[in-house]
Amino acid sequence: MASTILEMRDITKTFPGVKALSNVNLSVEEGEIHAVVGENGAGKSTLMKVLSGVYPSGTYDGQIIFQGQECQFKGIHDSEHKGIVIIHQELALVPMLSIAENIFLGNEHAKFGVIDWDANEARTSALLKKVGLKEDPKTLITNIGVGKQQLVEIAKALSKEVKLLILDEPTASLSEKDSQALLDLLLEFKRQGMTSILISHKLNEVNRVADKVTVIRDGRTIETLAKKDISEDRIITSMVGRSLDDRYPPREPDIGEVVFEVKNWSVYHPIHAERQVIKGIDINVRKGEVVGIAGLMGAGRTEFAMSLFGRSYGRRISGEVLLKGKPVDVSSVSKAVQHGIAYVTEDRKTYGLNLIDHIKHNITLANLGGVSRHSVIDDMRELAVANDYRKKTNIRASSVYQMTGNLSGGNQQKVVLSKWLFADPDVLILDEPTRGIDVGAKYEIYTIIARLAAEGKAIVVISSEMPELLGITDRIYVMNEGRIVGEMPAAEASQEKIMRAIVRGEGKAA
Amino acid sequence: MSTESAPAPQSKVAEDVQQGPRIAVSALATNLREYGLILALIAIMVFFQFTTNGTLFKPVNLSNLVQQNSFIIVMALGMLLVIVSGHIDLSVGSVAGFIGALAAMMMVIWPLGPFSNPLVVSIICLIVGGAIGAAQGYWIAYHRIPSFIVTLAGMLIFRGICQALLGGGSSVGPLPDGFKALSSGFIPDVIGPLTLIPPTVNAAGKTIMGSGLTLHMTTIVLGLIAVLAYAYFGVRTRRKRERHGYEAEPFALFVVKTLVGSALALFLVYQFASYRGLPVVLLVMGVLISLFVFVTKRMTIGRRIYAMGGNSKAAQLSGINTERLTLMVFINMGVLSALGGLIIAARLGQAVPAAGLGSELDVIAAVFIGGASAMGGVGQVIGAVVGGFIMGVMNNGMSIMGVNVDWQQVVKGLVLLGAVIFDVYNKNKA
Repeated sequence: MASTILEMRDITKTFPGVKALSNVNLSVEEGEIHAVVGENGAGKSTLMKVLSGVYPSGTYDGQIIFQGQECQFKGIHDSEHKGIVIIHQELALVPMLSIAENIFLGNEHAKFGVIDWDANEARTSALLKKVGLKEDPKTLITNIGVGKQQLVEIAKALSKEVKLLILDEPTASLSEKDSQALLDLLLEFKRQGMTSILISHKLNEVNRVADKVTVIRDGRTIETLAKKDISEDRIITSMVGRSLDDRYPPREPDIGEVVFEVKNWSVYHPIHAERQVIKGIDINVRKGEVVGIAGLMGAGRTEFAMSLFGRSYGRRISGEVLLKGKPVDVSSVSKAVQHGIAYVTEDRKTYGLNLIDHIKHNITLANLGGVSRHSVIDDMRELAVANDYRKKTNIRASSVYQMTGNLSGGNQQKVVLSKWLFADPDVLILDEPTRGIDVGAKYEIYTIIARLAAEGKAIVVISSEMPELLGITDRIYVMNEGRIVGEMPAAEASQEKIMRAIVRGEGKAA
Repeated sequence: MSTESAPAPQSKVAEDVQQGPRIAVSALATNLREYGLILALIAIMVFFQFTTNGTLFKPVNLSNLVQQNSFIIVMALGMLLVIVSGHIDLSVGSVAGFIGALAAMMMVIWPLGPFSNPLVVSIICLIVGGAIGAAQGYWIAYHRIPSFIVTLAGMLIFRGICQALLGGGSSVGPLPDGFKALSSGFIPDVIGPLTLIPPTVNAAGKTIMGSGLTLHMTTIVLGLIAVLAYAYFGVRTRRKRERHGYEAEPFALFVVKTLVGSALALFLVYQFASYRGLPVVLLVMGVLISLFVFVTKRMTIGRRIYAMGGNSKAAQLSGINTERLTLMVFINMGVLSALGGLIIAARLGQAVPAAGLGSELDVIAAVFIGGASAMGGVGQVIGAVVGGFIMGVMNNGMSIMGVNVDWQQVVKGLVLLGAVIFDVYNKNKA
């Protein structure tokens, strides 16, 4: 009965060295809620960036047909002009401006550059009513919660006479109640005839509102399920059903006694003081063991790791850290490092490297004592150390005097790893160690991890890529919404089991 | 490399073979800025040597030049660390003025008995400077209040206290000779002068000023020792690198660099020796410059400051206590501002309410001309020193030429802008 509003045909998008999307097809009918699901890194966001013109036409192959017309968007402005509006996971609101100012930012009702505030505010009130937000249009964005901010984003989309609304993980940072309200709003829009695309990995939500589900895996469309076929089991199987080839180096685990133990670890949000981010976590890691922490984005894994590492995240941190059975003080990064704990950050550019300095200086930064005597650096020893680690971790650079800012992601990651290897920790926490790096470099990183475990270090790997966890770890903790919701030996684990633990945990946490 | 028995992939071998020349090229490229800056200084000096009809390089003028600009360079050493760590300090001129006033009050007005001894006063003043730096650094480091704001407040506060201390618009002096020696004194000639050409005696039996040639031998000996030490350490470092199998820079480049540097230094030493010897303040400056080069290039604390300026979060997550480090950088700045204030007061022989007024801008300009980045993480001590001398030589040269003070500022502004544009252009090209 309904006509097709959007068709994406054979979309192929290649990044240097990686094929992010290959021949993806997506067909959305007018007036439906179409869910796009897939693991992190499956290509959902890339697909939406192609659709909204963030990747302009010409940088990908394939066709986009919207309302019967082939479209070649040169930028986000073109797609918005046609009525395609995307709301990103990270909200794009200016905190110190009011709701009205944000909604009409760059699109103000104005004559000769003079803004007609009355008109703006009147329209804002009408839009806020539509999304069910009871706030004064003059309220500053910074003074309303994330849930309401999400509604402001939607109101902003409505102001642009949206025909197709795309929501990228809209409930990722919302509470259960706000999430429900948002989903109800989506259903209300649907009644009014609007079409939406919902990107989510919360399958219960998808189950509740979606008319159709398209599953994407490894940059390909796997299948599109109609309403009657939608079930969590079916989607999970479809999402993770890939074959595992030898993408992981073989290793013989030699696991000893418990080295590292965390007991009843709780952390509150650094700004929203009442929000508990980590809710009483217990984990332990043995000598020579690689332990994985699985979970979706926003599960609190990075926050957990950073709060452990010298309280680099959060407030009101409580709980105990034990090394070889003895409680230790890890209240500052230098204390944590002294006790032999190292944390390799997920965001190497922001937290890991000094991008305007060369490889040599970056490698020795966490252990300058190791290349100096009486605080005077021995240049030759430092150079020898840097060259040694450059070889060990196979950093591809013309010399150790190359700026780290000019290295590829994989090589940057190897520099960060080298830095912490040189600090010689007993416990190494690796946060998304292979994010954004190509397959070859991934294998090298896995090899380094296996070698470290063989040397008797206790290793924690946080990863959103489940096959990676299954491939390189000995034991897996599953984390969701600040809790450990499952623990299993890697040998008995499967992507399905992990996904089930997450999905089941979702209900419990409410 | 060729003894490696493990089979290396083709590309890696090629990489290693290329490494030698590549390092040479990159060494040249990274040092080009530094050499370029020194060449620019030399070019400016030669330019003024001509336009001032040879006055610039006259021994008496060189001494003046050093004495007039030393406080800028001393404060630029501290400012370099402040800017490298990603901050700014606008209060240095006011702090210098305040400390000068404090020193004068202690030595001349207040009845402090033995505590009005110039040495004791100087030490107390340096400590007060450190305390001022700590007070400002505390808010910047531990409460994350932007340094621009904290030190802007400091600029107003300490200028005000300076003026209040001196009782409105009056100046306090004269300061004791022992104190003035810090700025206008020359090192004593312990070896004894060497007269090469006896001075001409006029009809009245008095010697004519500036005639004849008498060398200050202590200066000559110190200069020779310094140049020999420079060459010796250069060769030693080079040998050490070679022993470890690392090529530092092309041999020819090293030789030319060392020879040009030594020749320039010896020329200046000779000029000073033919006048009254090495100014005390130049000695102080030389020691400080060497110390700061060593700290920034060789010591862990220097490395940590650069890392903090380059990426504060990454430095923090590498176990560096960035708060304490920031505090220390500002304490250091405070001590050097105090020293700058003492040098100004010693040169003027009295404390005046306007001492050091506006000098924060000269100091900051020196650091930026010297190639430091306003974003932090980049900058060299030698660059800041040369930047300071470029400013100083321009001041001095233009004054001798009789260029109006107003236009002097225009020229200095253009040089600052030009130097930074040159930097940005180079970076984008690379």
